[in-house]
Amino acid sequence: MTDSKEITRTDAAQRGLDRPRDDSMERAATPPVDIFEDAGGITLLADMPGVARERLDVRLDGDTLTVEGAVDLAAPQDMRALWAEVEVPRLRRSFTLSRELDPARIEANLKDGLLTLRIPKQPQAQPRRIAVQSA
Amino acid sequence: MIDTLFYRPQGLFDQLASLQRTLSRSLSADGAPGSIRSAATGNAPPVNVGRTASSIEVYAFAPGLDAGTIDVTIERGILRIAGERKAAQHGDGSVQVYANERAQRRFMRALSLPDEADTSKVEAHYRDGVLRVSVALQQAAQPQRITVQ
Repeated sequence: MTDSKEITRTDAAQRGLDRPRDDSMERAATPPVDIFEDAGGITLLADMPGVARERLDVRLDGDTLTVEGAVDLAAPQDMRALWAEVEVPRLRRSFTLSRELDPARIEANLKDGLLTLRIPKQPQAQPRRIAVQSA
Repeated sequence: MIDTLFYRPQGLFDQLASLQRTLSRSLSADGAPGSIRSAATGNAPPVNVGRTASSIEVYAFAPGLDAGTIDVTIERGILRIAGERKAAQHGDGSVQVYANERAQRRFMRALSLPDEADTSKVEAHYRDGVLRVSVALQQAAQPQRITVQ
């Protein structure tokens, strides 16, 4: 039950429906991601081409994890655009974390425009094997 | 300054091109056949193209590549960018995949350069996941100041 509720919230966030009405919120494109989970936690890969490390922002607000970056191509001053398939110089995407994840130990790594986030599970949420004692 | 790169000029032909891309996107999303030459669109990296007084600048958005494996060639006025994205490393053990949106596998993108491009003067740089190819314009095509006698 809890899981399905969380998924609905994430979908709404991606469509921008429950975004706060804030004029400072700029238009942003949604970066494609890979998300997979193993026993120790969740790994998230996001394509953020053109985003330098100092222009990347990974923030946690309550249980909402937001990844945001500004695209900077360092284009020459006198350049005119002839063709643009990337039209919005900003990338943003939000995710809702579930309770067994440990937000304090999130690790972020940005290399060549590829962001890798590792979100470990709380120690008590990691699977462990209980040794069966023989009587 | 950068805004000029991201917001397309609003000329008639730009609007037609935009309309055509929107149409081909929605058609391919429905599984209807598109042009054989644009079949790879979903996988190919998006590009922005700009022009300065002395060069054509091509920016291809292709994150997570090793610069040494990107293949940039120019042949008869066609700039071709090719490379391969490796699938994410999932490690050992049981792994559940929740999202797999990032393109993985070989990609290729070809652009035709204008006639005044000087294909002997080309530079390519890879930074923050963006490949920038600078093609110089021929001297005759560059603006020049004529001294009045």
